[in-house]
This record gives sequence, C-alpha cells and structure tokens, in this order.
Amino acid sequence: MNNKVPNNRAWLLVLPMLVLVAFSAVIPLMTVVNYSVQDVLGPNARFFTGTEWFQSILNNSALQAAFLRQISFSLIILAIQIPLGIGIALIMPKRGWQASAVLILITLPLLIPWNVVGSIWQIFTRGDIGLMGWSLRELGINYNITRNAGDAWATIILMDVWHWTPLVAMLCYSGLRSIPEAYYQAARIDRASKWAVFRYIQLPKLTNVLVIAVLLRFMHSFMIYAEPFVLTGGGPGSSTTFLSQSLATMAIGQQDLGPSAAFSLIYFLVILLVSWVFYTTIMNMQKDKPPHGGA
Amino acid sequence: MAEITLKGLAHAYTKTPTGAADYAIRHMDHVWHQGGAYALLGPSGCGKSTLLNIISGLLEPSDGDVLFDGHRVNELPPEERNIAQVFQFPVIYDTMTVFDNLAFPLRNMNTPEYRVKPKVLEVADILELTPLLWRKAKNLTADEKQKVSMGRGLVRDDVTAILFDEPLTVIDPQLKWKLRRKLKEIHERFNITMIYVTHDQLEASTFADKIAVMYEGQVVQFGTPRELFERPAHTFVGYFIGSPGMNFMAVEYRAEQVMFGAQPLPVTEQLKRDVAGATSTNIKLGIRPEFITISTSSMADSVPIQIVSVQDLGTYSLLTFKLNEQTFKARLPEGHPPVSEQAYAHFEHAKVALYIDEYLVEIGHE
Repeated sequence: MNNKVPNNRAWLLVLPMLVLVAFSAVIPLMTVVNYSVQDVLGPNARFFTGTEWFQSILNNSALQAAFLRQISFSLIILAIQIPLGIGIALIMPKRGWQASAVLILITLPLLIPWNVVGSIWQIFTRGDIGLMGWSLRELGINYNITRNAGDAWATIILMDVWHWTPLVAMLCYSGLRSIPEAYYQAARIDRASKWAVFRYIQLPKLTNVLVIAVLLRFMHSFMIYAEPFVLTGGGPGSSTTFLSQSLATMAIGQQDLGPSAAFSLIYFLVILLVSWVFYTTIMNMQKDKPPHGGA
Repeated sequence: MAEITLKGLAHAYTKTPTGAADYAIRHMDHVWHQGGAYALLGPSGCGKSTLLNIISGLLEPSDGDVLFDGHRVNELPPEERNIAQVFQFPVIYDTMTVFDNLAFPLRNMNTPEYRVKPKVLEVADILELTPLLWRKAKNLTADEKQKVSMGRGLVRDDVTAILFDEPLTVIDPQLKWKLRRKLKEIHERFNITMIYVTHDQLEASTFADKIAVMYEGQVVQFGTPRELFERPAHTFVGYFIGSPGMNFMAVEYRAEQVMFGAQPLPVTEQLKRDVAGATSTNIKLGIRPEFITISTSSMADSVPIQIVSVQDLGTYSLLTFKLNEQTFKARLPEGHPPVSEQAYAHFEHAKVALYIDEYLVEIGHE
C-alpha cells in the first residue's frame, strides 16, 4: 500500500498556512519578544537588557497584587458561572416556542458590547439615578462602589455573571440536547434517582462542553478589561485594578515598552500554562486507570 | 413471573386521531406467556418499537389495557414494572466501570453491598465480562457495551421480562451470531420472558420460539418460524418472510377457470370452487419460490413462462421469470439442468395458498 512518492516540493503546499500564521501570530509575538529584551530610547539608541525587565516585572509588588486579584476574580466567577450555567440549562424548556423564547432572552447579554455593559452597570449602580443603587440606598443599605472596595468587587462579579453565564448555559443546553432519549429511558428502567441521572448521565455527557466553557471563561475573565475599567476605573484605590488595566497603563499611559512587553509575555504564558494544565488534567481523568498493571 | 396481556390496545401519537392512519398501533389483543422467547418482526415504522415502549411503560397507550398477570399497569412507570429494556444503541454509564454499571440498578434499590458483589460477578461470568469488570465502560467496544446494558437487566432478581429493541444493529456480523446465542443461553437459564424486536427474519427465527409479525400497527400473524414460512396468514407475512418472499397472483374466476390475466391456472378442483365462491374481488394465490418446479418441456399442470435471469447464490440458484407480464422468483436446487428462455413452471398444488382480502383462507374448508 505504500506508494507514496517522496517529493520535497510538497512543502510548498504548507507555505500559505505558514504566511498566515506568521502574520497572525509569529510576527506580532516576536515584536513583543524583541521589545522585552531591549531598552529602546530612540530610533538609534537601544540597549540589550537581557532578563532585566522580566525580573523587575516579577518583583513589582503592585503587579503581584493585581495578579492575585486577577486569579481570585477568575476563580470566583468560574465557581459561580459554571454551576449556575448548568443549572439554567437544566431547567430551560426542551422544545416548542418556549425553548426559542428562552434562548433569545438568555442570549441578549451576550450581544451587548463590553464597554456598553460597563456603562449600563455604571449607571445602574449610581445612588442618584441608578435603579439598583437608588433602591439599595432607599432600603437603607450603604452601597457605594466608588468608596467601598467590597461593593465594587461584588458589583463587578455580579456584572460578569450577568454578562457571561448565558454563554455557559447555552453551551450546556446544546450538550444536554445531544443526549439520546434512550439514556433517560434506560435510567428510568434502572430506577436511577434524579440526582443519579445528573451525576452519571448528564454531567459525563457535558464534560466536553464544560471543558470549552471553563477554558473560554477562564481566558476571558483573566483578560477582562473594558467592563471594570468603565465601571470602577480600577478603584477605589487599586482594589479592582486587574492585570490588563495595569498593562494598558504601563504600555499606553507611560510608554514603558520594554517592561510592558515583558509583562505581556508573562501574562500570555500564565494563561497558556493554566489552560494547558486544566485541559490535560481533564483529558487524563477520562482515561482508563488499570489498577493491576496491563489494560 | 409475568404474563403480559395486551387488551384492545391502540396507540396514536396525535392527541385527536382522525383516521386509522393516525394510529401507530391498531386495536390489538395479544398474550405473551411467562418464560417465552418471542420476536416482534416487521418493517420499519410498523409500530413495533411503539408496542415495546408501551409494554415497558415508557409510553402510555391511548386506548386499551396492558396487564401484567392480570393487573392493569397502564399508568405504572417503567421503574415500577419488573422489566428491563435493551436499546438499539448500547446505553452505558460512561464514567463508571463495568462493575459499577452492572451494580447500578441494584444500588439504586439500596441493595446491601455484600449482595451486590456476588450477583454482579455471576452476571459478568455469564456474559463473559469478567476480564473487563474494572475497565471504564466508555472505552469498550460496541458489543461489549451492549452486553453491559443487557447485564444491567439480568442482575435484578425482580426482572421477569427483558425487552430488546433491535439490540444487534450496531454489532459486527460475526459477533451478532455469538451474542444471539448468548441471549438464547440466558433465556434457557433464567426463565425470563424475552421480547425481541427486529426487522431481520433470520434474527427473529434463530432467537424466538414464536414470532409476531407486525404490519401497519397490527399483529398479522403469531406463530413459530415454521408456521410463518409454511402457512403465512397474511400476504404481508408471505412477502416478508422467506428469501425471496412469496409470489402472489391476483386471480379471478372466469369461464370456469381460475384466470391469472389471460393465463388459465391449473389448480385443484377445491381451490377452483373456493375462488368461484369468493364474494370479494381481491383474490390472490400465493406460492413460495421453493415450490415452483421449472422444466424445459411442457408437463402436466404447467404453464409456459419466460426466463429473465438466473442468479447463482452458491447452494441454490435464483430464477427470475415472467408470467403474464409479472415477475416471479423460483428457487432451483443445486445441479438443476440449465434452462432456456422458454420454459414451463409447475406450482406444487398442496403449497398454493389462497388469500381473500389479503388474509389466508383454508382451501376446501367447507
């Protein structure tokens, strides 16, 4: 069957893809790498700095704090959005016009541009004209996102849950719909409880969409920028200043190209690393674990 | 122990059925005896899966009753009937091991663990799943998965009937045969009523003692594979059972002859009388391809035919011929002398069956 002819010209077929990837990823990334190891003072004045920028970024206490905030934020919203998304998907109508209606309603937040989401919530939470801010104040609750860090955090999390849980819910909904009816019928005959049906049929069948949901939500939330920037501007103090905002300040506000390039690379590697570890762990969980050697 | 009785059963998927066509199951009375091995045979869409789901309780019939040992169970959900069902595509719990899969129905009934283990091991042994017990069910092959779903029905002591909904569809042909034998073995060992839905007559006749042939929502014949072959009660059974199926001729009584178009047919006097006495105009004669003798020269009681083709199928040849512009099939035994284009066919008198309004009529029954 081996009738393949070795022909090195076949490499030419890879060329278009190579050019595409070069422009979309390699060249932009290499520019950043280039900046991260140099101190550029002017068109003709540049010095090689080695790992100096990286060290200063890693030792920057403000950035360390922002990093911890960022991690906490991602973990909190994942802990809320994933279970909530599954829950919503489970109670969504399965067919008929109700199913379409609910789907449209639930998708609405996803269609709103990110900075508009920030603006909506900024107004929503204002004590004088915002529905939520005003109501809370009238109820006698001292709520102020510009002064109280706890209020600011709670609001950002609530905003993100409102904005992005629909995505998780929709992914889960599609996953649930793809489970053949026979599974539910077999479970009834096996006298499985509702919980057992969820635990042993629905959840396992959702694994793949949940991996996608967690990865998307992690990457999204780890890079969140527009919404908190518009809502709180990173404040009060620096209590809601996340990594991307620190990066924007450094790169665009202060024009510190070297350190911000190093920062970008570390940022990118962290996201890559976390996503990879998560994905590999989940995929390994599905493999057989032969208890007595041999499979 | 359960005897399953269907009384005046009918089912329509629409809420307000207007005509017979709306019914997936039309008025049906039937008894499945305890411990029998039955097959429900019929083409796609004849209502056999619907019937199975009504028996298992996944569907509630729109009319009539389902009785288990004389008790009406119409409203009982599947979990409260002592049945198990094996589906077309293997249903297994992906994240569990084979052992946990088999133990699942028992654990759902809060069976103590010391009783779960011996039972699971016993069933695994019968199904030859023992070496796989600690593997994750997700990574098994299709036939192994199907055995696991079968096993979940067998572990429960309270199961009195297992329903199979075309369980071998996704199994490789050589394994099909093995699994079918396994089923038979299990049936002999456990005294469980088994109802096996299929559209494959070979599968039905190797598995079942008695076969119910379904056609357009009704059981048109219930009998042993031999009865279905020798005395099809309905033209559909004749056509559906056997390979190829029965040949049918629409005949009429004219000029004191049984006429098939312009061709007078040589038939017995009794048959002639029955055709003459029929009140309906829908009269058909059926003859199986096995009972047609072909010769190159005219003999007594034969009709001239045109040979269309001869197909060599190994142990026998299949002859296609034309009589009165209609295509017929005949089976020629191995070593039959070659036939030319012009030949004569003889229909074995005792094997010619008479159908009036599609149903079998005993010849000379008066």
